Amino acid sequence: MAYYQNIFTQVQVRPRVPEHGIPVAVDARVGRPFNSYLFGLIGNGQVGPIYGGYLGALSLACGLIAFEIIGLNMWASVNWDPVQFVRQLPWLALEPPLPKYGLKVLPPLNEGGWWLIAGFFLTASILLWWLRLYRRARALGLGTHVPWAFASAIWLYLVLGFIRPLMMGSWSEAVPFGILPHLDWTAAFSLRYGNLFYNPFHMLSIVFLYGSTLLFAMHGGTILACSRYGAEREIDQIVDRGTATERAALFWRWTMGFNATMESVHRWAWWFAVLTTLTGGIGILLTGTVVDNWYLWAVKHGVAPAYPEVFGPIHDPLKATGATP
Amino acid sequence: MKTVGAIVAGVVALFLTIAQFGTAGWTRPPMLNQQHGFRGTGMDVIQTKAGAAEIKAANVAPVPADPVEAGTDKAGAVYENVKVLQDLPVEEFNRLMVSMTEWVSPQQGCTYCHNTENMADDSLYQKRVARRMLQMTQHINTDWKEKHVGEAGVTCYTCHRGNPVPAQIWFDAPSPTRGFIARNNGQNLATPSTGLASLPYTYLQDYLARPDPDQGAIRVNATTALPESPGKPIQAAERTFALMIHMSESLGVNCTYCHNTRAVAEWSQSAPQRTLAWHAIRMVRDLNANYLTPLTSVFPASRLGPKGDAPKLNCATCHNGQSKPLGGAHVVEAYPELAVAPATTSGPQGVPAPAAQ
Repeated sequence: MAYYQNIFTQVQVRPRVPEHGIPVAVDARVGRPFNSYLFGLIGNGQVGPIYGGYLGALSLACGLIAFEIIGLNMWASVNWDPVQFVRQLPWLALEPPLPKYGLKVLPPLNEGGWWLIAGFFLTASILLWWLRLYRRARALGLGTHVPWAFASAIWLYLVLGFIRPLMMGSWSEAVPFGILPHLDWTAAFSLRYGNLFYNPFHMLSIVFLYGSTLLFAMHGGTILACSRYGAEREIDQIVDRGTATERAALFWRWTMGFNATMESVHRWAWWFAVLTTLTGGIGILLTGTVVDNWYLWAVKHGVAPAYPEVFGPIHDPLKATGATP
Repeated sequence: MKTVGAIVAGVVALFLTIAQFGTAGWTRPPMLNQQHGFRGTGMDVIQTKAGAAEIKAANVAPVPADPVEAGTDKAGAVYENVKVLQDLPVEEFNRLMVSMTEWVSPQQGCTYCHNTENMADDSLYQKRVARRMLQMTQHINTDWKEKHVGEAGVTCYTCHRGNPVPAQIWFDAPSPTRGFIARNNGQNLATPSTGLASLPYTYLQDYLARPDPDQGAIRVNATTALPESPGKPIQAAERTFALMIHMSESLGVNCTYCHNTRAVAEWSQSAPQRTLAWHAIRMVRDLNANYLTPLTSVFPASRLGPKGDAPKLNCATCHNGQSKPLGGAHVVEAYPELAVAPATTSGPQGVPAPAAQ
C-alpha cells in the first residue's frame, strides 16, 4: 500500500499500452510514447506524445531565434572568447538601446538594434505559446484558466519591456536580457524611483506572492496529509466527498475556525497567483510615468513615518553657500 | 537504474554542498555590531569580530621618526635644487627624507628617487613625481583639512604603505577593440571593482577623474513625488549605484553608514559621514585632475594604464577597507611641515601648474 508520504512517488503505475488520450478533431500529436522511471519519481511515468501543431512549432522557432541573438551578442561582447563566455556568462547581457535613441525602431544593431529584434522574436514566441495553450485547452473541452493565468505573467513582461518604455518614450527604460544584469537593473530601478517598497501596487504584489506560497504550502500539506484516505483524487472528492475531504475540512475548521472547500481552495490559489503579476505590472507601469519618487509620494500621503533626528541637522552641501570647492 | 540514479543524485548533492561552503564567502559569528542610527532604521555597522581585528591589524600607523633638534640653516640654502621645502630647517628636512624612504621605498632606499652621485639631480622620474606628491600632501592637509581629512591628516604612508606604487590605484578601463563588438554599455563584466555585480565599470573615470561641472551628476532621484521634468535614465542610476558600492567596499561599511536606505537621497535623514563623503568625492576629483593626471608625461610608459593614462586614486587608496584610514591615527601631527600650505603651487619640472581652485 502506497501512502504517498515520500519525496518521490513510491509506486509507479504503468499501462501495458501507453495511453494516447481522447481523440480530437485536428490531431497533431508527435512522438512515440514511452515510460521513464526518473519522470515517474516526480510525476507520471509516461512521456509523450506531445502536441506539435504549427503554433507550437512557430513559437519554438521564434524562441530559438531570440535565444540565439541574445547568446551570440553575449559571446561577441567578450570578443568571441569561448572561455570568457562560459566564465562570465552570468554577467553578460544584451542591453537595450541608449537613451539617445528614444523610441527609434531600429538603432544600429550593436547599439540596441539586436535588443529590439530579440525582443520582437521573444514576444512573438511567448504570444504564440499563449495561443497554443488556449487552443489546446479548448480542444480538450477545458476551461481557459491556465492560459489566462499565463496571460497575467505576460502582462508583467509586456509592461517591463514594451508598454512602459513606450509611455516613457525610450527603449532604454526596458530591461536588459542577462542573468545578473536584469537583477542589477531591478535594484537600480528601485533606487532611481525613490524606493519601490513605497509603491502600493508593489506592496499588493508582495502580499499576493507571499500569500501564494502560504496557500500552496497549506493546500499541498493538507492533501499530502490526507492522501492515506484518498485525498489526491481531488476531483472525485468534490462531487463525492469521502473521509479525506471531511478530515481536511475539519482540520482547518478546528485550527482556524473556517475552511476552504475542495474547489474553492483552487480558486484562492489561482487568484493569488494571477494577482501577483497583475498588480506588479500596474505598479511598474505607474513608476516614472505617473509617480517619479515613491518615497516622496508616500510622505505626501502619510504612508512613510517620520523618525526623530539623531545626528542633528544634516544639510545638502550643494544648497549651502560656498560649499563647492 | 534506481541505484545509479541514487548515486548520481548523492554525488551532485555532495558537490553542491561543498561548492556552497567553498565559494559563498561565508562569515561566521561572533559579530561586532554597532547601532548608529535611530532604532528600527537598520543603520548599523556590521562586522565579524575576527574581520574587524584583521583589518585593524593590517592598518597600523607607523611610529613617527624621533624628533630632531632643529638648527637655523634652511634646506633651501644648504642643498641645491630644493623646490618645495626650502624653508624647512635642514635637520627636519633630513628627518622627513628618511621617513619618506620608510614610507615609500623601504626596500629600494634613497636610490629609488636620488642619484647618489648628485642628490640634486632630477633625472629620475621618481624624484619629480615625489616632489609633486609632497605638494599634494600639503594641499590635502591644508585645503581639505576642514572638509575631509580633519586633524588626522595624511602622510605618504596613508596611501603608499611601504610600496613605491600604492596598492589601490586605478586606470581608465580599456575598451574592447577588435572584430564585431556588441556594445556592453560599459557594464556586464565580472570585476571586483563593481563588487562583482554587472554594474557599469567606467564609473571611476565618469565621476572621479575630473572636477565635474555638473555637481549633481551623481544624483538620480526625482525631488518631487510626481514627474514634473524629464528624469534621469536607469543607466544613470546604475552608474551611481556602482560608485556607491565602490565607496562602501573601500570603507568596509554598508550603505547605512551614511544613508537611511529607505530614502537614500534624503540629506535630512543621513548620517554626518555622508557630508564628509560628499566633500571626499570633490577632493578625489581635485587630486586626480590637478596632481595625478598632469604627471602623465613624467611617468614612464610602464607606469601608465592600458589607455596611456596616469595612475589615479580613489576612496580605497587611503581608506584601504577602514572607515578612517590607519584607524584614524593623527599621522600628520609628528610632521607639521606636511601640514603647511604649499609654498609654490607650480608643478615640478615638466609638469604644468594645476588649475586654480
